[in-house]
Amino acid sequence: MSWYARLPVSQKRTVWAWGFLAIPIVFYTVVRFYPTANAVLLSFQEWNLLGSRNWAGLQNYQQLIQDEVFWKVFKNTFVYLLIGTPVSLILAFFIAYHLDRVRFLHGTIRAMYFLPFMTSAVAMAWVWRWFYQPVPIGLFNNWLSTVGIPQISFLNSTTNALPSVLAPAIWAGLGFQVIIFMAGLRAIPKTYYEAAYIDGVSSWTILREITLPLLKPTIVFLVVFSSIGFLRIFDHVFNMTTNNPGGPLNSTKPLVLMIYDTAFNSFNMGYAAAQTVVLFVILLLVSLLQLRLLKA
Amino acid sequence: MFKRTKHLLVVATTAVLFSLTSTAARAAVEIEYWQYFFEARVTAMDQLIENFQAANPNITVKTNHFPYADYRTKVAAAIPAGEGPDVVQLFYGWLNDYVDAELIQPLPASAVSPEMIDKEFFPMVQAMKRDGEYMALPTAVRSLALFYNERLFDEAGIDAPPATLDELVEIAKKLTKKDNAGNLTQVGITTGMTAQDHHWWREVLVRQFGGQPYSDDDKKVMYNDEAGQKALQFYVDLASKHGVTESGFMDQPQAAFKAGRAGMHIDGSFRIGALEKTRGLKWGVAELPAGPDGTKSNYSSYWVNAITTKAEGEKYDAAIKFMQYITSDEAMQIWLDTVGELPAKPSAALTDQNSNHPVYGPFVRGLSYAQSTKFVSESDQRQLMVDMVERIKLEGQSVADSIAVAAEGEQKILDDFNSK
Repeated sequence: MSWYARLPVSQKRTVWAWGFLAIPIVFYTVVRFYPTANAVLLSFQEWNLLGSRNWAGLQNYQQLIQDEVFWKVFKNTFVYLLIGTPVSLILAFFIAYHLDRVRFLHGTIRAMYFLPFMTSAVAMAWVWRWFYQPVPIGLFNNWLSTVGIPQISFLNSTTNALPSVLAPAIWAGLGFQVIIFMAGLRAIPKTYYEAAYIDGVSSWTILREITLPLLKPTIVFLVVFSSIGFLRIFDHVFNMTTNNPGGPLNSTKPLVLMIYDTAFNSFNMGYAAAQTVVLFVILLLVSLLQLRLLKA
Repeated sequence: MFKRTKHLLVVATTAVLFSLTSTAARAAVEIEYWQYFFEARVTAMDQLIENFQAANPNITVKTNHFPYADYRTKVAAAIPAGEGPDVVQLFYGWLNDYVDAELIQPLPASAVSPEMIDKEFFPMVQAMKRDGEYMALPTAVRSLALFYNERLFDEAGIDAPPATLDELVEIAKKLTKKDNAGNLTQVGITTGMTAQDHHWWREVLVRQFGGQPYSDDDKKVMYNDEAGQKALQFYVDLASKHGVTESGFMDQPQAAFKAGRAGMHIDGSFRIGALEKTRGLKWGVAELPAGPDGTKSNYSSYWVNAITTKAEGEKYDAAIKFMQYITSDEAMQIWLDTVGELPAKPSAALTDQNSNHPVYGPFVRGLSYAQSTKFVSESDQRQLMVDMVERIKLEGQSVADSIAVAAEGEQKILDDFNSK
């Protein structure tokens, strides 16, 4: 350690800083970067988990472009994103905006909104799956039949299934978004509002001119965060459709579920890795695009 | 005095030497066995190992089990690294992958004679043979049968389970109940291609309507013909024309049957254990109904055990002994009693006791005319059957068109595999 003793103080500091930084760097290299690089490599190979990995060139990507199921799944993934993100954000903002003014039982109500976020997605999905069943067991359809309304096929329909799966997913994430929005609302200095009241500005204008612009950092964070969440949706879909994952007729299948299926049911690891690379690129592009649009 | 000390010394040395060698003999060989986790199977295997160790005190068998989802990954990672099992369990449909990846080695003809197995085991086990040598052997096989709810049968005044498909439809009609709005509250028979029905359709109904699911060399899909269409029409008519069932009724077919909301239910012998635990359910088992011309058919599948390429030297010898024991008649009977899966040898399965057993009997009798599908990828091939029925039901596609799409998809899976 004599070399260390001879170092000047500033360099000693640098050594310490790198010493501490080394831990996360090693961790990320081993746990994140290496597997990521390996997955990209694997996407150009053919591997069934058992044998050796054989070079396949662009074959996996060519197969992807010609795969009808892939395009269907691609579309589903964006439907989850394009419905899920705006609906959940508008709902969350609406709730946060009003909850912020409620004093009566404020903590209890907030806790009740947050509760679904803490619940296991698997348990939640199975309960909702039961809600959605046809008579004689499904909760919703039993209500409908008691008041004489015909049955609705929630999950067993190519058109209703995706929104039915999405609804609990939105509900589950709502609590988190409400909390973040409320924190954002609280962070806006009161003085702006006081000035607006003195000037006699309408509450609609206050919302448009003061609240929303000052909430922008919160909105950017939530849009990016929830977009990534909806693009990676898996547990809700898988657990609500386990008999026929992503069905009926692939109408609820998101990209992550297709990757899982390809990898661990068909054991086609190379093809699954190619799908993963596509998902990675989509996530990257969507996040960059949103950051740019919302920061401008 | 000196003499005595010397004598003692000799005795002591001998004693030490003796105890050393005996410890060495006791801890001689340890082999490892891997399986996926299914409670009844793990219990049965533990009992087999106990018996095996009692008979072979110098061999210990260490077991390890994993959730089904991780199983294949773990095996694939462990064996090439020289870790993991000496004897491994795998699904019969995976054999090609394991052989190609050199994870398992053939069973030596000196210990496991191929001629004997050809003669002693059910013919479907011959699918485990590569170049005249057996790669793997099952302890047990599974087949399908018709479960029926005795209480609902009594209530509807039906005295015997259906023997033919026509009777099946008539009986199912009597067992079906609907509410005032016409919604099903009790089905005559459960259906669902996601459960066992794809086997029933493929190997049983198609054959019963005069067809054949695959060519004799298993390389061509053959069900896209009139027989296949008739079989599919019969299957979808159960819901659409006769109204005696609905796919997805009460979420899962077995759940509807367990809850007493289904009169009949086609399932495998592995369901017996779960049904026996269901309180208040009185059920019986019958052979699958015969086709219009009296044809009987059934589907059987099995898990096999194989010796991995990791096992060498004395571990290899111990592994062979273990394989011999777990494929013996005694092991098969234990497996039947614990798991409900049927012995893989006619000599153990078709005993009078088993054939006339009220629960196992129909499964055992079904085995004698059962077929095994040579799956390339069971989950992908099942998905095609699921989608085939859903296109008809949800998108109104014709039976002929839907079966054509399924056949084309399945042919592609077979071609991809065979061209490798």
